[in-house]
Amino acid sequence: MHGRKRNAALKPEEEAASASEALELRSLQSQFMSNHHQKIYTKEAIQLSAKLLEINPEAYTAWNYRKLAVEYNLDSADPSLVNSILHKELEVVENALKRNLKSYGAWYHRKWVLSKGHCSSLDKELQLLNKYQKLDDDIKKNLVLRNFHLWNYRRFVVELTKTSEQDELQHTTDMINDNFSNYSAWHNRSVLLSSLIAKKADGFTPKETIRREFDYVHNAIFTEEDDQSGWFYYLWLIDQTVKMETSLRASSWPSDGSTIILSGPGCFNGSYSSSKFTTYCSESGSFPLILYFDQAVSGVSSSTVTIDSELKSNEDLVWEPVPEKNSQVSCVWVARLKFDSTEPVKVKVSLGKSREIVSSTGCNLSTPYEFVFTVHIYDTVGESQEGTVSWTDGFDYLDAQSSKDLNSLMALNQLKADTGFEWRKQAIKIEIEQFRKLPDSKFGKLILAKLLMAEETTISDDDAVKGVHYKEILQLYNDLMALDSWHDQYYKDEYSVALLHKVTSSTEFLSRHLFRYRNMNNIVCLRLNNLTLSRIASVEKLLFVQMLDLSHNKLHSAEGLEALQLLCCLNLSNNRIKSFSALHSLRHLKQLRVLDVSHNHIGGKNLVDTTRYLCSLSFPNSGEIGREVPSKYRDAYLVLRDLMKLKQLDIRGNDLISGEEFSSFVSQVVPTLVWLDGHKLAS
Amino acid sequence: MSSASSSQMGQLVADKHVRYILMAEKKKESLESVVMDHLRMNGAYWGLTTLDLLDKLGTVSEDEVVSWIMTCQHESGGFAGNTGHDPHILYTLSAVQILALFDKINILDVGKVSSYVAGLQNEDGSFSGDMWGEIDTRFSYIAICCLSILKCLDKINVEKAVEYIVSCKNLDGGFGCTPGAESHAGQIFCCVGALAITGSLHHVDKDLLGWWLCERQTKTGGLNGRPEKLPDVCYSWWVLSSLIMIDRVHWIDKAKLAKFILDCQDLDNGGISDRPEDAVDIFHTYFGVAGLSLLEYPGVKAIDPAYALPVDVINRIAFTK
Repeated sequence: MHGRKRNAALKPEEEAASASEALELRSLQSQFMSNHHQKIYTKEAIQLSAKLLEINPEAYTAWNYRKLAVEYNLDSADPSLVNSILHKELEVVENALKRNLKSYGAWYHRKWVLSKGHCSSLDKELQLLNKYQKLDDDIKKNLVLRNFHLWNYRRFVVELTKTSEQDELQHTTDMINDNFSNYSAWHNRSVLLSSLIAKKADGFTPKETIRREFDYVHNAIFTEEDDQSGWFYYLWLIDQTVKMETSLRASSWPSDGSTIILSGPGCFNGSYSSSKFTTYCSESGSFPLILYFDQAVSGVSSSTVTIDSELKSNEDLVWEPVPEKNSQVSCVWVARLKFDSTEPVKVKVSLGKSREIVSSTGCNLSTPYEFVFTVHIYDTVGESQEGTVSWTDGFDYLDAQSSKDLNSLMALNQLKADTGFEWRKQAIKIEIEQFRKLPDSKFGKLILAKLLMAEETTISDDDAVKGVHYKEILQLYNDLMALDSWHDQYYKDEYSVALLHKVTSSTEFLSRHLFRYRNMNNIVCLRLNNLTLSRIASVEKLLFVQMLDLSHNKLHSAEGLEALQLLCCLNLSNNRIKSFSALHSLRHLKQLRVLDVSHNHIGGKNLVDTTRYLCSLSFPNSGEIGREVPSKYRDAYLVLRDLMKLKQLDIRGNDLISGEEFSSFVSQVVPTLVWLDGHKLAS
Repeated sequence: MSSASSSQMGQLVADKHVRYILMAEKKKESLESVVMDHLRMNGAYWGLTTLDLLDKLGTVSEDEVVSWIMTCQHESGGFAGNTGHDPHILYTLSAVQILALFDKINILDVGKVSSYVAGLQNEDGSFSGDMWGEIDTRFSYIAICCLSILKCLDKINVEKAVEYIVSCKNLDGGFGCTPGAESHAGQIFCCVGALAITGSLHHVDKDLLGWWLCERQTKTGGLNGRPEKLPDVCYSWWVLSSLIMIDRVHWIDKAKLAKFILDCQDLDNGGISDRPEDAVDIFHTYFGVAGLSLLEYPGVKAIDPAYALPVDVINRIAFTK
């Protein structure tokens, strides 16, 4: 099926030869089938199946037949004959592999035979594999070097013979030294090393191993620049260097050292001027406690998170994962704390002592994570206001005085500079020096950008050199957009990530984007509009944000925003959002009062939905929607029905049908809605 | 570039492909057909789904196909690749998918088929292909896809199935056929598809895998299945659908890929090949057309990236019963 040339029609002689071959094969197959269905396992019948498999190793039923024949014959055989019976099977497999070295049926049959446990030729199997992989013929070599059946079979034999990982590591070294372009060998190497490091084998500490491997892979990538194999391995090494083996990073809202002011429903009425952006409007006398982890974790509960305060009635706090209630795994966890005191209260939250909070890859908090904050209550008079929120008027620049508050808001759990950390910083530094010497190439620039980003993550927030690399990183991605234009959207996304890292890397940068919105009691608004952002990042630093302007960017999805649990006003207008399913993250923003998604591309026909499976609202779970929801509004329904506080929605300038039909649909689904597309809805 | 006029390069010769498929179906005794006799069920799925994507499913005899399918069912409930062959999970899925195309799932004893599939799950969550025990993440995908279509996913231990798939995740973000096996676009499609159907995509490092996948695009515009390999039209499906399910498809150049697929057509006789100027076959014809569907090529119906069936077929199943 692969790699055969398209020929002109066959000549008559060729046609005849082909037809007779077909007849022969057909006859062979019929005879075989007859033997199989009648359970005939005579020598002749078995020999027939061998003939068939030699011509057509893909005829899977014949392999099944042979297994049945082996079992039948083993049952009645003399113990001394067992070896020869099984040996014969291995012979048949070898013949089949000559025909097709990629035959699943052949390889599995071999494994099945060896698993029978009687075979004495087990130790010869590794030798056999080495023979395959050392063939001189160039074409065959290429066929074999990357043959994943061979590599899988090798792993199977290694396990059966209990060959050591160190020996297998040496094998990958031999293969790579022979030919750098062997992704399969590099892959195997990474698997073996991970295992040796995890087992804490002699000579395989992370520090020694990573240093050795960086030196080893330099040979490959500096001599054969176009070959990808070494580059992927190199990226894995960077990742291993930066990540503390088993550590999670966490952030929270409220953050350590901050003061929260709880206000009643009238808090947006502008009756007092507050420059604090730690004011939280609570209608129920409770406020959320938000935990964000850099990997999805399970195990967050009232027994693994201890809360120390004078607030009563907070025993057995229920922690819920955002987004999925059904899976108990998430990056973002929320609980609601009730506030019942008239006096300010100090709250201390600690987690990580029990090690039960853990990611699917086994990472947990290496040191307990603690944060302390103070809560005040501020009584406000009156009902919440009725006017609309404008995104263009009424903004004042935030004054610099608040930078101390801002500092504590942005604190991310910092990796302490312990003994395990210094060598990592050093390793990255050395690699950066190496890469600066390289001539310009796509991979060279990409790796340098990733190394510089990695170095940024190892610099703590209060270090003066923090943020020094961003200009260069952004420039590198710009260069890459031009150099490798087919992947320009990838580089644009990476650029957006780097830009957001930069903006959130210091209070100085962030405060340039912070404003106060007069008409909502000077609530703090983060304005990230017109920044060519194609994706969202650094949400762990933005958990405090209540009002966010992301308009006039290039976002095609709201992925990431689900972490911003305090968001009450969000502007996503003038982006590239193509469907409501791309906005599925928003259904977790229960505080949302104002949403603007105008001037996007929502509702265009026949568009391939790239976010359907990310929100797990698709087929297996969607039976819950009633028939009364028109199919064209199904996606909208699934997002909007959860926004129980939404008062203002703007959806103008989208392909989705506006006008009467949609208005009436929305009013039914969102009963709290007051303003639609700038008009007040009839109540 | 070949000698065919360049103005024709940019066009999908749909009618020729339809004719190619219908004729291939009839040529049961050609050498090629006899050699592939044992996987006729897969071939039927590829051919019929392509016809449906081109809105020509009505050109085949539904009754003939359906009655032939039922001759392939065993007393165990599983389906074989063709009449007389042994049952296997591969052909069971294709049979169910074909019946879904014709909206004839109701003729099945759903309990029997689903029990056959569910019975192939092992203790570690993995799936065997048949009673002989070969394990591969392809079979995990097949079981999950099949049972999901039959609405019997609760017959297996979904959590363990997901756990096994996650254990096959590699350090480059991709997936292999068993734990420790090298990442391969076909296996990645199976694992990502299975995780998508079970709502478990949070286990995928979308950025890491997305980048590995987008680097499959070669200078020809086509996609390969692993680093340093040749491009092949079938990866237009496996790489593309995986990218779509994790929302990273914008990281490849879609126009260049579409052009590569169109260049693989046999403009005279119909059919699509793995690479330009190679021999065509049903397998690559299906993947080429399915790939064009995911690229929103006009005149091709939308296909679901996880179930590999037309979206209207999936919607019909989802919103009935």
